[in-house]
Amino acid sequence: MIEFRQVTKRYDSDHTALRQVNFSLARGEMAFLTGHSGAGKSTLLKLIMVMERPSAGEVVVGGQVLNTLPRRQIPYIRRHIGVVFQNHQLLFDRTVFDNVAMPLEVMGVPARDIGRRVRAALDKVGLLSKEKMNPLQLSGGEQQRVGIARAVVNKPPVLLADEPTGNLDPELSADIMHLFGQFSQVGVTVLIASHDIALINDMQRRTLTLDHGELTAGGGRGR
Amino acid sequence: MAADSRKQKGANQSRSPLQQQAESYLVHHRKVARDSAERLWRTPVASMMTWTVMGVALALPVALLLLLTSLQGVSAGWESSARITAYLSDSVTLDDARALQAEAQADSRVLEVELIDKDQALAEFRASSGLNDALDYLEGNPLPHTLLVTPDEASRTAGGVETLVTRLRGMNGVDRVQVDLGWLQRLNAMTDLLARAVWALALLLAAAVVLVIGNTVRLSIENRRDEILVAKMVGGTDAFVRRPFLYTGAWFGLGGGVVAWVLLQLSLWWLSGPVERLAGLYRSDFSLNGLTFDGALALLIVAMLLGWLGAWVAVKRHLDAIEPGEIAGG
Repeated sequence: MIEFRQVTKRYDSDHTALRQVNFSLARGEMAFLTGHSGAGKSTLLKLIMVMERPSAGEVVVGGQVLNTLPRRQIPYIRRHIGVVFQNHQLLFDRTVFDNVAMPLEVMGVPARDIGRRVRAALDKVGLLSKEKMNPLQLSGGEQQRVGIARAVVNKPPVLLADEPTGNLDPELSADIMHLFGQFSQVGVTVLIASHDIALINDMQRRTLTLDHGELTAGGGRGR
Repeated sequence: MAADSRKQKGANQSRSPLQQQAESYLVHHRKVARDSAERLWRTPVASMMTWTVMGVALALPVALLLLLTSLQGVSAGWESSARITAYLSDSVTLDDARALQAEAQADSRVLEVELIDKDQALAEFRASSGLNDALDYLEGNPLPHTLLVTPDEASRTAGGVETLVTRLRGMNGVDRVQVDLGWLQRLNAMTDLLARAVWALALLLAAAVVLVIGNTVRLSIENRRDEILVAKMVGGTDAFVRRPFLYTGAWFGLGGGVVAWVLLQLSLWWLSGPVERLAGLYRSDFSLNGLTFDGALALLIVAMLLGWLGAWVAVKRHLDAIEPGEIAGG
């Protein structure tokens, strides 16, 4: 589902964020991405979302080589990738429901289907009763779950998460990870960037380790 | 990916996916249009100020254009009453003059020919000039017989009058032909000049409107930065992200057009009394004409287009620069 072939990302200065990274994730596989701050975790995620382009090598998502993708095609790729951020990026000028509905509205889904699918996603993260509330009224863990509902509402085949448990206590973090595990079981490829080693060890999943832009563990082909 | 659309198709077998797409596209347009209008209502003072700026900028050139059309109406009215004066030679007798009158009258381009014989002319001149005593010292009547030719309606154009003048000049016994259109030509030249000035002013003010709207929309883009980032992140196309701002621009334009129309009607109402009095003093049927229904509609449409254009400029410059890469952090 996701494949990196000899990917190097160099920023204008001498700073090289990724060096010849090679790995692939299969459909339904769940993996962690770890490493020290500035090791290149975010850069790797950005390459998958086509927020950045590689300096060398190829990034392939869902069989599509992203390097040569025209700019106007980018939105259509992003519709197949759900993203969860540490600071969840919710909009506080609208309700929980409207936040989760955004990916569907962007795709032009008819209004009657939007209601059904948003409620299904909110039900999945256990927040169905809070759809009419403003995200500001929710706790940190609940806000993060709204972010997850938004990431999965259009059933993307790929789910990326950047430090999704960074602000949460261990119990809530375990809940969230459990949720990600469930998505991978229904065929979603999940890649989670995190430096919470204890949590990663608990989950016993494949772990990609980055060190100064080089993949030192977990590379190659998945199961 | 494709599974979603297949599922939808299953749920609504009566509709084709294309039809459904088009429908939800329209629904979305309606929603965005309503939403951006509501946003303007939520900040009434700020919106009203923008509308007023636009209204003033639009009302000014439109008012001048209206004045111009009214002036052109005046000169057209005078042109139609243009008469050609043909002075006959001194040697022409009254009988010859009558013959010439009949000859001129026979021309199909001529509506009417009036003969003013020299005695009548002298009498009129005496009465109007106040030179009664001075004229008594003259030996004879220095004035010639005169034909006053009114052209036919079809010939009351600059060219038509010109050919008629040539024809009259060619007649035997006609000394000099005069058309007093000089002042009319000057008025026409002046209205032409004014028309150009008005159009130049209109262009400048239209540019100002575009810039004002562009700046206002730029601010609203800044205010909704987070929303734009999220929309781009979840796969919103550029068109999707631009749409609310383009509607905002169009609504600003519409409001500006309405304000301009109100300003025009108010100033017209305020000026109509004095203008009528002035025109009455000149015995002119000049009147200031307001905007017709079509004109008002055109004003609103142009205003909306200008607003849309302004928004488009802002969107092009500022929106495309916002990329979701910024939210992902280092």
